Amino acid sequence: MISEVRLNQTLVLLLVAVPLFGLIVDQPYLVTLATRVAILGMAGVGLNLALGYGGLVSFGHAAYFGAGGYVAGILAHHALNVEPIADWPILISGTTEMLIIWPLAMLFGAALAVAIGALSLRTSGVYFIMITLAFAQMLFYFAISWPSYGGEDGLPIYVRNRFPGLNTFDPLTFFCICLALLMLVLWVTSRVVGSRFGLALQAARQNAERTTSVGIDIFRIRLTAFALSGAMTALAGALYADLNRFVSPSMLSWHTSGEIMILVILGGVTRLYGPVAGAGCFVLLEQFLGGLTEHWQFWLGLMLVGVVLFAKGGIVGLLTRRPADA
Amino acid sequence: MSATLIAEQLLNGLQLGVMLFLMSAGLTLVFGVMGLINLAHGSLYMIGAFACAAVVGATGSYWLGLAASLAAAAAAGALVEIVVIRRLYGRDHLDQVLATFALILVFSEGVRWIFGAFPLYLDVPESLAGAVSLPGGIQYPLYRLLIIVVGLLLAAGLFLFISRTRIGIRIRAGESDREMIAALGVDIDRLYTLVFALGAAMAGLAGAMVGTIQSVEVGMGEPVLILAFVVIVIGGIGSIRGALVGALIVGITDTIGRFLLPILFGLVMDPSSATAVGSALASMLIYILMALVLILKPGGLYGRPLPLRS
Repeated sequence: MISEVRLNQTLVLLLVAVPLFGLIVDQPYLVTLATRVAILGMAGVGLNLALGYGGLVSFGHAAYFGAGGYVAGILAHHALNVEPIADWPILISGTTEMLIIWPLAMLFGAALAVAIGALSLRTSGVYFIMITLAFAQMLFYFAISWPSYGGEDGLPIYVRNRFPGLNTFDPLTFFCICLALLMLVLWVTSRVVGSRFGLALQAARQNAERTTSVGIDIFRIRLTAFALSGAMTALAGALYADLNRFVSPSMLSWHTSGEIMILVILGGVTRLYGPVAGAGCFVLLEQFLGGLTEHWQFWLGLMLVGVVLFAKGGIVGLLTRRPADA
Repeated sequence: MSATLIAEQLLNGLQLGVMLFLMSAGLTLVFGVMGLINLAHGSLYMIGAFACAAVVGATGSYWLGLAASLAAAAAAGALVEIVVIRRLYGRDHLDQVLATFALILVFSEGVRWIFGAFPLYLDVPESLAGAVSLPGGIQYPLYRLLIIVVGLLLAAGLFLFISRTRIGIRIRAGESDREMIAALGVDIDRLYTLVFALGAAMAGLAGAMVGTIQSVEVGMGEPVLILAFVVIVIGGIGSIRGALVGALIVGITDTIGRFLLPILFGLVMDPSSATAVGSALASMLIYILMALVLILKPGGLYGRPLPLRS
């Protein structure tokens, strides 16, 4: 058995080593795979804050993932077509600067999460699961039926967005950007979880009555956590759109919500690096099974059922043989 | 826009409503009695439709097809309950969501494996084709009318079954206290399998009947499943009466909204943007309705008040 810290270090090392190895043996697709792992992992880290630490089982995180993607897509679309997003009351034009897109994506994700959270957090349990799912689905149908940004066909981003001083077209550079952001998000999460706020959030999960009775407003705590979670997932969505240079309603679909959830649970709920491990596993499985058979989802489904029934605690739990700290 | 057109849309809404009820009844029963959230319910709907299409293709008899949809969905439901679902009753909702999501992958990909990726088409049997004249001069397809009748009959039957029969009493008893009724000598495992298969059969029948007017394809159950979630959130989880009321509200709101909103916006906008705005808003209408219900009654129309704990 290895300690969780050692496991986390190994994970990050692996994540860095794979694309380098890919470049050495001239298999550039490995860089893209590692980038996908970093981005999906980031989306999972965002969800883990709500689902794991907060105990808020959101089945609608595709909403924030897709919203981030659409923010990136729409801004770039307007910038490349040189048409302003709005010319009244003030002129707002599109942009291809990542440094502007990211904060906007996070802001939009957080605002969306506050709106959805304010309604869904009035309920709990199964209601919460179904309602978050339903609101994400609402956005999905909206994206499909709104024709301005491609509707069902999605919106291509013809040129990857720019970052000052870096050539973002280079796959390795883009991977480094994603990895740096992932580490930043992980660092922020670890700080948040260890803070007074994080402790209150976890206390609210473990015993809501008791937490309320010591004077903590659990609704506000949960809503804040939900917004933070939405912002992180939206950032991942913006990067994902940039990676594929394409946004489509499928980013908002409930399959995406399910996949992000799978990452988190596969890796281990309330493990800081769990979603990264989960994302690594998921992408590997997708590649490996997808190479073996066209019907890889069938086997993936069977494996997942097995994991749920027999391997509680996910990969990190399995490898460290220790219950999660939280 | 005439009154008959609106009446026709109302009937379409009613038809969507009763179909949604057949889906939601199983979901809400399974949640009310076993405390389980089953995402794979849409797969049972799909299995019903495919079983119907396969049997109609092989025998040419639509009635055999409908029977097959009931049998196949019930069998798949019972099988999945015994092999997987049974182990999830005591688990938290997260495990249930993940496992049943995984079951969707298995079912969808399994069906695609067997039947291929192309949609199948079912024809309305000749004896049910054509339209009937209703009072008020409305011409309405006989088959759709029959769906409404069958749905309403099944709803009535389900109410009688739950409230009057011995098994129904046991189901309700299991809902309020599972240990007690197990102690009284009721085989609770068998009861649960039965409830699950019953819900599955209704979903399967709904799939076959809707598949006849739309197409039978992989993934057809998922949009319906989400609508069914909206229905039981509105109606109150665990309440069959709530499922019926919620299903009718959602069915009629959705259909009428899609019909009326583009027309209403057309009064104040140019036609093409009215269609765009109207249809975009119409697709969100039932979710807005759900949000309203949640603000006014967080436990749903017929639900029990929610506890604070999650």
